[in-house]
Amino acid sequence: MSTMTATMPSSALDQDWRRVLRWGLICGGVLIALCLVGMPVELDRRELIERYLSLGYVSVLMIPILIGRIAATQVVLEGVESRKQGLYDLVTGLAVGILGGVSLSLLIVALDSWDLRDPLVNWSPKLFRFLTYENGIGFGLMAWIVTCGLLGMMGAASHVVPAMLRRVSGIVVLSLLGISVLEGAIEDLSEGFGLEWLTDLLYAKKGGLTLTSAILAGAAIAFVAVLTSGRVKALTTSYREKEGADRQKASIILFVVVAVLVIVLPIFLGKIMNELLANVGLFLLLALGLNIVVGLAGLLDLGYVAFFAVGGYTTAVLTSPNSPFFAPEMHFGFALIFVVIFAIVVGLVIGAPVIRMRGDYLAIVTLGFGEIIRLLFLSDWLGPYFGGAQGITNIPGVDLGFATVKGTDPRSVFYLVLFFCAIAIYVSWRLQASRLGRSWMAIREDEQVAETMGINTVNSKLMAFVVGAVMAAFSGAVLAAKVGSIFPTSFMILISIIILVVVIVGGMGNIAGVMVGSFVLIGVLGGPKQPGLLQEFQNFKLLIYGMLLVFMMLKRPEGLVPSARRSRELHQDEFLQDAWLKGDKPGTDDDDGETVGDDGGEEE
Amino acid sequence: MSLLEIKDLKITFGGLDALSGLNFHIDEGEIVSVIGPNGAGKTTFFNAISGLVAPTEGDIEFEGESLLGLDPSTVTSLGIARTFQNVRLFPNMTVLENVMVAQHCRTKELIYGALFQTKAFRKEESEIRERAIEILGFFGNRLIGYRLDQPAFALSYANRRRLEIARAMGTQPRLLLLDEPVAGMNPIETTELTNLIGRLRSEWGFTIVMIEHDMKVVRDVSDRVVVLDHGVPIAQGSYDEVSTDPNVIEAYLGRPVEAKA
Repeated sequence: MSTMTATMPSSALDQDWRRVLRWGLICGGVLIALCLVGMPVELDRRELIERYLSLGYVSVLMIPILIGRIAATQVVLEGVESRKQGLYDLVTGLAVGILGGVSLSLLIVALDSWDLRDPLVNWSPKLFRFLTYENGIGFGLMAWIVTCGLLGMMGAASHVVPAMLRRVSGIVVLSLLGISVLEGAIEDLSEGFGLEWLTDLLYAKKGGLTLTSAILAGAAIAFVAVLTSGRVKALTTSYREKEGADRQKASIILFVVVAVLVIVLPIFLGKIMNELLANVGLFLLLALGLNIVVGLAGLLDLGYVAFFAVGGYTTAVLTSPNSPFFAPEMHFGFALIFVVIFAIVVGLVIGAPVIRMRGDYLAIVTLGFGEIIRLLFLSDWLGPYFGGAQGITNIPGVDLGFATVKGTDPRSVFYLVLFFCAIAIYVSWRLQASRLGRSWMAIREDEQVAETMGINTVNSKLMAFVVGAVMAAFSGAVLAAKVGSIFPTSFMILISIIILVVVIVGGMGNIAGVMVGSFVLIGVLGGPKQPGLLQEFQNFKLLIYGMLLVFMMLKRPEGLVPSARRSRELHQDEFLQDAWLKGDKPGTDDDDGETVGDDGGEEE
Repeated sequence: MSLLEIKDLKITFGGLDALSGLNFHIDEGEIVSVIGPNGAGKTTFFNAISGLVAPTEGDIEFEGESLLGLDPSTVTSLGIARTFQNVRLFPNMTVLENVMVAQHCRTKELIYGALFQTKAFRKEESEIRERAIEILGFFGNRLIGYRLDQPAFALSYANRRRLEIARAMGTQPRLLLLDEPVAGMNPIETTELTNLIGRLRSEWGFTIVMIEHDMKVVRDVSDRVVVLDHGVPIAQGSYDEVSTDPNVIEAYLGRPVEAKA
């Protein structure tokens, strides 16, 4: 983002003012937008530190810190002399923060002078009281300009202070934030371990940390942070630097640890947390299926929810006594066989006509089919069979003989989902490294060439479609057993889109990425209807989803945990440069000095 | 019996005759070059054989059977492989994977084998891998060693051309169509590849049809040369016959300007 200046600034005031102004206005814009969205006022009710700090204020205050930090970032180029960061950057941060504060003050004045409540719903006296701290307009104006300036400077200072201090203070702030925001989850967890006395000590009765406990906890975390300094980093780098068999060994250990945690932890968790994990599992199952379709075979399927619906309705019809037309009241396990069959049939029926299309056309047509399936279930025509808008209710749980999996016992649902997820992960993993997986990859790269190289692209693509469909149908089946009732509204197009976001943000084409993606998005933020860890952000979930998606596309298009292949693809230049620096010189031959040109494969 | 038989082939794009009245045959074990100025219809000819373009009239027979109406993948599985003029690799797949994936039509394991890791699956996988390495080894040490696991986009231009040939070899063809195999290569690389084209026939038993602009390569490797101009064959025969043919000289250099009286 920063422009490179050839000359060094002569003094701290010799700033690149255009840049400062730009970041200042960005800061102000974000602050105002945030206020008008209504987030701070709504989150003000949620206290983080009793009487002193609410989540609403935190959501505003973090903006100048973040933007101050970004604005003061210096791009260091290899071989170009770089400036030592210091006072100059503090001034940048201060100026950016003040500009942000001034913008917010203008909002306060505007709030006081005009009533724009008609178009702007959150233009309310409440917001005015929030912004002025109920201390009058003059106080509000001064307070915001000063605080924002100081916070901007703090953000910039993070580049200036010694690394150790930066690390420790960062960890303390973030973990205090975590401890206070995740109060519900932590209380739930501590109950399972019989540590209620600890949480009673930590949190105030009405919610939020008490000031003393915040200070004590902060000190304890700082102590731990100092002790472990450097260890974590050493561990991760040693993992990254491992290659071949060593890496495999480390990965297996990591996998086993995660697997054991996932199996054992729910025993100690309460209902809410298990419910949350079960939702994560349901979406993970969907995302794993979509990952095969989109991530491996490159087929942008926007109607993926159709298969979810097929799984749900098949289970509902076959197991529920309330199924309106045909109610065999089968056992869940028996119904699963039909779920697979119907998923394959619907996958083929939808897939066969659309699979010949490419790219955008495929996306649009699948989007249509996704809606068609939902509307069919909703229609009067199929109403007598599937219950129309009333849906199918009273779906029994899964009777396993020794236990019954039901929505009222989220822990059992979680284990059921886990079982299916394990299957899906295994299937994805094995197929990826098979003849079929390679053909998917080739199709993703260049469909026409893949065909010329002897791959029957229609068959391969249909296979991807069907494998993805079966996974989605399993997820639908579990959903039916979990919720106990199925309605057409359970299968809105939004689900397709959210799963796609999970796959993209997590890391397309990578199983671990998809797992991280569904945990972060569904677990932390929450699914379309399911609450996540951050229940407070419930109303702003879709906004955050959108912002996250835009941010990821700009800054990290390969996702949180990218597959090696995809990050290479998106960073070809860096890959070539790294290889060159390592001495491989991939761009050159052994006896000629040719450099690498563009790819040839652009022509369609 | 000839391996490939072209009968009265005609291809039109709108009002333009890209190819017309093309009649010739290729015998097993031959190396035939197709030459001609730009826009003569050489690549269209290749596209027609490999099934990417449907002929307007005429017929293409491979081992006595018509290729008309077949998918490109079916054509490939019958034993015809090609390279592309503007190198079209799978850039993000590794060098090894590029050749492994080309063996798709010669192998058959599907989902079941992969999921249960059956003996047949593992055997086939290791065969695919070994064959790929064997094919890549044909190019000396250019494409093996650490390069096996490099993405194709990281290769030099000449190596990309080599990998394209290796990928075509991966489909285990009988007839190999090379579209300008030495385009953009320097003289040393060109000589090396010319030798390799000869060895493709002598060691691997491929019949080869090659489009090439480099006349030195054409002279050195081809048994027969077909010259196209504006979609019409204007000469056929050995290099020496063709290179002295007045029609060919005219097509390449134009008609001598007659002095105005």
